[in-house]
Amino acid sequence: MQALYAQLLVGLINGSFYALLSLGLAVIFGMLNIINFAHGALYMMGAFVAYFLLNLGGINYWWALLIAPVIVGIFGMILERTMLQWLAGLDHLYGLLLTFGLALIIQGVFQNYFGSSGLPYSIPDVLKGGMNLGFMYLPIYRAWVVIFSLIVCIGTWYLIERTRLGAYLRAATENPTLVRAFGINVPRMITLTYGLGVGLAALAGVLSAPINQVRPLMGENVIIVVFAVVVIGGMGSIMGSIITGFALGVIEGLTKYFYPEASNTVVFVLMVLVLLVKPTGLTGRAA
Amino acid sequence: MAEAKLAEAPATEAGIEVLSVKDLQAWYGESHILHGINFSVKAGEVVTLLGRNGAGKTTTLKSVMGIIGKRTGSIRFDNQEIIRTTSDRIARMGIAFCPEERGIFSSLDVRENLLLPPVVRAGGLSLDQIFTLFPNLKERLSSQGTKLSGGEQQMLAIARILRTGARFLMLDEPTEGLAPVIIQQIGHTIARLKSEGFTILLVEQNFRFASTVADRYYIVEHGKVIDGFANSELSANMDKLHTYLGV
Repeated sequence: MQALYAQLLVGLINGSFYALLSLGLAVIFGMLNIINFAHGALYMMGAFVAYFLLNLGGINYWWALLIAPVIVGIFGMILERTMLQWLAGLDHLYGLLLTFGLALIIQGVFQNYFGSSGLPYSIPDVLKGGMNLGFMYLPIYRAWVVIFSLIVCIGTWYLIERTRLGAYLRAATENPTLVRAFGINVPRMITLTYGLGVGLAALAGVLSAPINQVRPLMGENVIIVVFAVVVIGGMGSIMGSIITGFALGVIEGLTKYFYPEASNTVVFVLMVLVLLVKPTGLTGRAA
Repeated sequence: MAEAKLAEAPATEAGIEVLSVKDLQAWYGESHILHGINFSVKAGEVVTLLGRNGAGKTTTLKSVMGIIGKRTGSIRFDNQEIIRTTSDRIARMGIAFCPEERGIFSSLDVRENLLLPPVVRAGGLSLDQIFTLFPNLKERLSSQGTKLSGGEQQMLAIARILRTGARFLMLDEPTEGLAPVIIQQIGHTIARLKSEGFTILLVEQNFRFASTVADRYYIVEHGKVIDGFANSELSANMDKLHTYLGV
């Protein structure tokens, strides 16, 4: 039983990262119509920025949670202004290829300087240790990651679905031309949205640094699963990507307990099944 | 009936030319749609563009709004050239657009749809004034925008641009597909707005409706303005009009 709970927790942790990453992808896809293949590389950059802040500037984890998403978000906005914006209105394939190329370049640069092995990033002191819950041992940092991710996801959902700013975003996702003709600077909104999406990826990177170490290829491994999550949840649906992210993490964890051989493929099996039955994803709207 | 005044912003002095379009040409991708449109609108007027389907009326409105990719010629609004201005800045100068397809957002509820266009200058209608004009909207505030009936969606599409303080309204076929009683209500609204000094550029297929509100007409055919006359000259021009519109 101990092992089952432990796997469930691992599943929830992975689910937190899936949710944060697929949420960002969904926001970006809705507004820019771009499938952001650079998402994994930007997640990795988030972890590296936290690492640099700590080791070069002595800036701790808590500040990194704030600063790394901002720095990576600004980097993302520069990418959007200089490159992605020119792809507006073209086929998805162009955005996919460009961001895929960007991911390879970014990862290549980091790999060139840092190799493929992991750099250590320690858990902040207050989150060290764990609690014995009786039925299992709960590391405090892991509990923190799950709870904090949930808060960020729900906060993002609230921002998009319940605020004035979110209404602009939803409207511009539906009909950017008309929203612009109402006097709203839609190109600037698109840039900020891309910044928000990659900022979420960088935040996930910082959260993951103490658990998974800081590695140039850390994004490459996770992003493939995240794309499956997005396909299952439905491209462009905010709540769908959050719920699917957590749910698939848990399903993966359970599979690891009951049938470990399938744990790496279960997400993709589910993806195939969903695509066969409902090609727009569980919560997706027809494009 | 004494009605409270809707708008507080001073209108541009009546009779002054607010919009002047000269040799406007426009393209959708490769296809050349407008081949030299010329017309003008004076402050306080209701001007209607008439013409058959595909003549270029909607494209003319969209060109003024700045949402047609390629356009040449001259569009002057309030004495400023706007042929190269982006649509968000044109909106901020005080032009508001109500598109033919109404453009109600399905992911927004009625209240969010109503509050979406930012206020571009002081003096727009308050929500209370809007609900006086369109009482139906008040009861449907939390409905999904596209769950409204066609008539209610049209009212919402007009209502939301009245909030912004823009004094120059472009309405693209506001009566299309609506029941006569709703058309009448929209006609009253336009007449009311005109009496308050709003300037309105209207595109209509429904000539009988247009004749109840318009001061002047321009006939658009094959991407050009081929004729124009005042409402007072209407009866003298009826024969011509039937030929132009093929009705």
